[in-house]
Amino acid sequence: MSDAVARTLDLKGLSCPLPIVKTAQAMKELESGELVEALATDPGSVPDFTAWCRSTGNELVEHTKENDVFRFLIRKK
Amino acid sequence: MDGQTLSLVLFSGTDDRLNAAAVLTAGAAAMGHRVNIFLQYWALDAFRAGRITKDHGVAPEGDAAIVQRHGGPHWSEILRQAKDLGEVGIHACSLSMEMLGLKEEDLDPLVDGQEGVASFFVDVDGPVTFI
Repeated sequence: MSDAVARTLDLKGLSCPLPIVKTAQAMKELESGELVEALATDPGSVPDFTAWCRSTGNELVEHTKENDVFRFLIRKK
Repeated sequence: MDGQTLSLVLFSGTDDRLNAAAVLTAGAAAMGHRVNIFLQYWALDAFRAGRITKDHGVAPEGDAAIVQRHGGPHWSEILRQAKDLGEVGIHACSLSMEMLGLKEEDLDPLVDGQEGVASFFVDVDGPVTFI
């Protein structure tokens, strides 16, 4: 499995539930094991991305916050 | 698909309630849940072709200025994305169609067709939420 990010999604400024909706859409176009990086400012995005990954079986590799931007690194199931 | 279904009956035709319903729908679709929507009364009226994005107002307790200030995509666009993403069925209540004098061609393409209550309940799997 490669540790290079296959795709970065700029979801900054989008409100709930669009960060999750756009991520779910983008995931359909990726191969299993590929990494996607999602950048969001929606304040609900930490619990949302955590729940979405748990529910869909994709792996939340890490999540960080820098200058009010949440960054999620997700590996496709 | 984990087998869960969100069943919504949309009754109110104001933009705030329709937006809240669209957000729930898109979130459920992103989580891999099926969504089963039944349109009655004023919610159905809001889905008329060519008029779906007109100003439908807000609920009596609401404040239109707050909703407008928040911005974001129109609820019909959120529903469109939800339909692209997952298994989302939107059906018009045939009784409400008759009451409002509507034919299927009068409705926005987001609506998959009309059905009666019995047909709606065939797809219900769990609680029904009335908005």
